[in-house]
Amino acid sequence: MRVRLELYASLMGYLPAGANRHATECELPDGSTAHELLDRFGVPRDKAHLVLRNGVFLHAPERDAPLLVDGDVIAVWPPVAGG
Amino acid sequence: MAWTRKILRIDLTSGTCTAEALNMAWAADYLGQRGLATKYLSEEVDPTCDALGPDNKLIMTTGPLTGTMASTGGRYSVVTKSPLTGLVACSNSGGFIGAEMKNAGWDMIIFEGKSPEPVYLYVENDTAELRSAAGLWGKSVWETDELLHKTHQDPLLRVACIGRSAEQGCLYAAVVNDLHRAAGRSGVGTVMASKNLKAVAIRGTKGVGNVKDPKGFMDAVRAGKQVLADNAVTGQGLPTYGTQVLMNVINGIGAMPTRNMREVQFDGAHKISGEAMHEPRKSDGKPNLTTNAGCFGCTIACGRISTVDRGHFSVENKPEYWGNSGGLEYEAAWALGSDTGVDDLDAITYVNFVCNEDGIDPISFGATVAAAMELFEEGAITTADTGGIDLSFNRADTLVKLAELTAKGEGFGKDIGLGSKRLCEKYGRPELSMTVKSQEFPAYDPRGIQGMGLAYATSNRGACHLRGYTVASEVLGIPVKTDPLATEGKAELVKAFQDATAAVDSSGLCVFTTFAWSMENIAPQVDAACEGDWSVDKMLEVGERIWNLERDFNMRAGMTADQDTLPKRLLKDAANVGPAKGRVNDLDKMLPEYYALRGWTADGQITPETRARFGL
Ligand code: SF4
Repeated sequence: MRVRLELYASLMGYLPAGANRHATECELPDGSTAHELLDRFGVPRDKAHLVLRNGVFLHAPERDAPLLVDGDVIAVWPPVAGG
Repeated sequence: MAWTRKILRIDLTSGTCTAEALNMAWAADYLGQRGLATKYLSEEVDPTCDALGPDNKLIMTTGPLTGTMASTGGRYSVVTKSPLTGLVACSNSGGFIGAEMKNAGWDMIIFEGKSPEPVYLYVENDTAELRSAAGLWGKSVWETDELLHKTHQDPLLRVACIGRSAEQGCLYAAVVNDLHRAAGRSGVGTVMASKNLKAVAIRGTKGVGNVKDPKGFMDAVRAGKQVLADNAVTGQGLPTYGTQVLMNVINGIGAMPTRNMREVQFDGAHKISGEAMHEPRKSDGKPNLTTNAGCFGCTIACGRISTVDRGHFSVENKPEYWGNSGGLEYEAAWALGSDTGVDDLDAITYVNFVCNEDGIDPISFGATVAAAMELFEEGAITTADTGGIDLSFNRADTLVKLAELTAKGEGFGKDIGLGSKRLCEKYGRPELSMTVKSQEFPAYDPRGIQGMGLAYATSNRGACHLRGYTVASEVLGIPVKTDPLATEGKAELVKAFQDATAAVDSSGLCVFTTFAWSMENIAPQVDAACEGDWSVDKMLEVGERIWNLERDFNMRAGMTADQDTLPKRLLKDAANVGPAKGRVNDLDKMLPEYYALRGWTADGQITPETRARFGL
């Protein structure tokens, strides 16, 4: 399956060369987890504070669940805030 | 005790400046700044008065920790009755003037009456005098600041003043201090203009003493600073990306109000985000962001200092805008950007400069432009009304032009200065105004963040994110993650945020500390500085008392509980994309529980028991 990884703020440095601003795409085996996707790009799990799957927050246990499907967008931020 | 225990009362009608003692019994109940000034307002001003008449008062107020060594201890507020909402206004600002006022020996300055001629207040420690502002009236904030520094030959003078927008009656004019920090919301600058008061210039050299337990205070402050430094948000995220880091987050969860809140995601968000501000421009290789900046005593330093590309159409042949100036915060970027559909980072940075230069609240301005654009698209406004300006969504040139006109109160800028509600009423389409209690929304769509709908509907100053920022929990996971699409538990969450924020806003500290600090970190600092017992419970009790006092002022001003609502668009028209697709804001599921938690009746009245509990 093909999924899209988006990295923001200080995590942008983990994007491969040639990535499109925030995003890169990759092939993953069916049944992959969000954490496995992060591992693929060397994003430290403890820096992935906000992990959104298609805009919906993934809680810690869900990041180890085999719930990724083809076409998913996983967007990740370190701890951030504003106002 | 951190309070100086002194108030400066300025009677603008007679031109007198008088020192008086701070009411310490009130300070024990309301702490300082937002709470204490609202108590003074509530006692001294008839809530039904004309906000722009001489019976209204304007209070500039510090908190007990303002001017101390506590991190972010530089905050001050402007409290008055708002001409935009007709309700209590309390606008909080950082920069340096709050600390300067405190260093001059004053907790609060109360302005009353109306000066027969334009004046400014000059304060140097114990000396306070009104001086003619004949040479300042008609000048921008930036010109006024420069002229006052020249007049007084003092580079360390701190200035808070109004720009031309306030003089021209823009209903959401700000009081700007230190060139680009602003008490921005609810038209506090318009009230200042109505009193013929152009500026307040302060020099204070006395220091802030009277701390109850100096050693304990230093220990509590040091511990607090360590927490801020070690926290990823306050130690790294905010200094690096500022509040603008939220642009992509809020867009990602589908809660980005777009094109007058018709849509919930903005396709140009990544072009105007905090990350985009770091990207080198094609023209000169420099990024929009030059550096971060901090307010007095702040160890977070979330402020932005930016430049506009010199070749950009907005600043072509205008070298006065080529230098560094106050850059975009998230709220400004949202209102000027996604709400109008403009994705031109240079254009919105320039417009933000203009907002600082002439004292305009960029949230209300951007949201009013967005409403005007929808009115134009609907045919309710035509180029015959606008003086030929095409108000189509997405047009950066239109945004730039309207900012310049509103700054000076010229042409169609007069209409934009009315704010969204009055503009939409004027052109016969009130339902297109995205406001609560006549104040424009900030940058979170309550269809995608349900708790914010309740926070907006019940905010004591109309639509506002800073009265109860449940985004922290619902989106960012601070202090715990809650589901932004759920309504369960949100009444309690909103109340907790509202009460805690009211207490923080009364202390002299910045609410952004609460991304890292809980009340357990804040109360010991207040307790060591201030006489009395300032436990966590006491702070929260004070916060709740303030909330009820503000509500009481508003009810006496004529507000009714049926104004605790949202525009129909957010209650009836479902979000069209993203995780909230198909959802409206379910306010009716949260509001009754909220009233009950507050100790109010089912129709939103403060009960006698609640009044008695808080001594109202
Ligand atoms: S956190 Fe930002 S807004 Fe708050 S005091 Fe510091 S610099 Fe100012």
